[in-house]
Amino acid sequence: MSAAATEPLLVVEGVRKEFGLRRTLGERLTRVVAEPHVAVDDVSLSVARGEILGLAGGSGSGKTTLARCVIRLVEPDAGRIVLAGEDVLAAEGKDLRDLRRRMQMIFQDPYASLNPRMAVGTAILEAGRVHRRPGSEDGDAFVRAELERVHLSARLAERHPRELSGGQRQRVAIARALAVGPEVLIADEAVSALDVSVQAQLLNLFADLRDELGVAILFVAHQLAVIAEICDRVAVMSQGRLVEIGATATVFNDPQDDYTKALLAAHPHAHVAGAAAKASGLVDNAGA
Amino acid sequence: MSGEPLLAIDGLRVEFGPADAPLAAVKGVGLEVGAGEIVGLIGESGSGKSLTCRSVMRLIHPPGRIAAGSIAFEGRDVLAMSAKELRDFRAHEAGMIYQDPFSSLNPVFRVGEQIVETLRSNLGMGKDEARKHAVELLDGVGIPDPERRALSYPHELSGGMRQRVMIALATASRPRLLLADEPTTALDVTTQAQILALLQRLRAERGMAVLIVSHDFGVIAQVCDRVAVMYGGHVVETAPIGTIYEQAEHPYTRALMESVPELESAGKRVRRPGIPGSPPELTEDLEGCVFAPRCAYARPSCKDVSMALEPVAPDHRTACPVRPFARTAATTGAPA
Repeated sequence: MSAAATEPLLVVEGVRKEFGLRRTLGERLTRVVAEPHVAVDDVSLSVARGEILGLAGGSGSGKTTLARCVIRLVEPDAGRIVLAGEDVLAAEGKDLRDLRRRMQMIFQDPYASLNPRMAVGTAILEAGRVHRRPGSEDGDAFVRAELERVHLSARLAERHPRELSGGQRQRVAIARALAVGPEVLIADEAVSALDVSVQAQLLNLFADLRDELGVAILFVAHQLAVIAEICDRVAVMSQGRLVEIGATATVFNDPQDDYTKALLAAHPHAHVAGAAAKASGLVDNAGA
Repeated sequence: MSGEPLLAIDGLRVEFGPADAPLAAVKGVGLEVGAGEIVGLIGESGSGKSLTCRSVMRLIHPPGRIAAGSIAFEGRDVLAMSAKELRDFRAHEAGMIYQDPFSSLNPVFRVGEQIVETLRSNLGMGKDEARKHAVELLDGVGIPDPERRALSYPHELSGGMRQRVMIALATASRPRLLLADEPTTALDVTTQAQILALLQRLRAERGMAVLIVSHDFGVIAQVCDRVAVMYGGHVVETAPIGTIYEQAEHPYTRALMESVPELESAGKRVRRPGIPGSPPELTEDLEGCVFAPRCAYARPSCKDVSMALEPVAPDHRTACPVRPFARTAATTGAPA
């Protein structure tokens, strides 16, 4: 963890989100009020500058809803969200626009989040211009710099999303998010759809963004091993509640909550069979 | 494996595009599955693993086509079967499950009715017998309260329960081979572990062989006896799962395994190199080894590699003649 990771940049306090369920005919006739589904139940956490906080949990645990609440894609019912001292939930108009610039979201499927008819360079430049980013007057240089930051060649600027591989597309989505100069990145299953050989490179990129730009990253993922690789701390959610939070090594090596334990136990160990081989040094081309 | 394998695929070639300029997605794949064996077919997107699996059921839809090769099930040629023989083969001898059980179940029928329909048409059971048996099948795949669940519609079930229903359907006529195409990819890890345990139990109880297609080494390591690694339309290495972990010979297998994130990394700073570059496009016609352009151990002679699997040990074959990881101390008598 970098030295700056002390004072929290993004603070989430007691956030709650309920979704009303449609009532059955019987309930409507008898005027029964259906219990709402509590997707996020009183969750508090914080992310510091230069820190990656992993958000883990099974499907339906509320991790994505919480991530969406943070940038108000979903309006929470209760709680507080504070970015560097500013109340995100109270912001309106210009202030909200600016807060949304400072917090950018990256989704699982870059194909769905990029405009298929727009060259990727244009998409990146548009994001920069809308928020009047310094340097965006010089289109080519701006696009080149943003593409290089995600280790893509400037030649890709002319391409359309369909002409890129999955990994390249996700890099473009990250470049576009970075083009507006965010302080917080919210990555919602951003590497889940990628092949492992590409996923490894994207994880390195997220670690670099943390270390070099000092952005705070809320990293939502269902794969615990992915979280283990790059997250400084991890928060585990189950049925809308935060059940455990702490340093990744502490939580994964000595889980306290029963749900965390079950989740870790169910996680496939790719190296069950290989563990012995590793210990004897066979994996790296050594003689027995 | 002793004697004749249950399933033997040889020289399988699957093509798309016009006949005079075909694009090959599977280029001469050979694979065997023994009776009661669980074999994993692992590879990244576009490697041809799903097409290989679907070819066994002859589920390649035009414009795709099986252009060459043979698929033998207990010695019978699947590719030469008539429509009726194929129907019988699919009904009784091989079952298939997919990544997304929701799209394979009919949303407007109760799951029990769908199983009853299958039992009546495939096994010729009467209504009452089929109903009773459907509940038994649901019970057999670990669905709690099966009488009530038989009355559920697919959308009322969770993803794991739906996949269990699919397994009940696919194994209703006790096939000797189950083809599972990314069966747990859409599921939570806890549910995934349960489904994999179920497949192992069905193998143990019925001696059913399973061919699992997956991109996930974790899934493969958990259940498979043997694994075949695919890249660019070829099987590049095949060996028992333990051998793959201890002494994989093909550089792609190594690079792939080294890319897999591990829980044990928690608290450490790890940087995995991944694999530079991207997999070959269908339109690219590479000379020699398909992995050479991304391979850290490539040398000029790789242009002449045939991609044929050569044995390096009993039950361990690789398509890489360079063998950069071969043990130096004692070359185990394998052909160089």
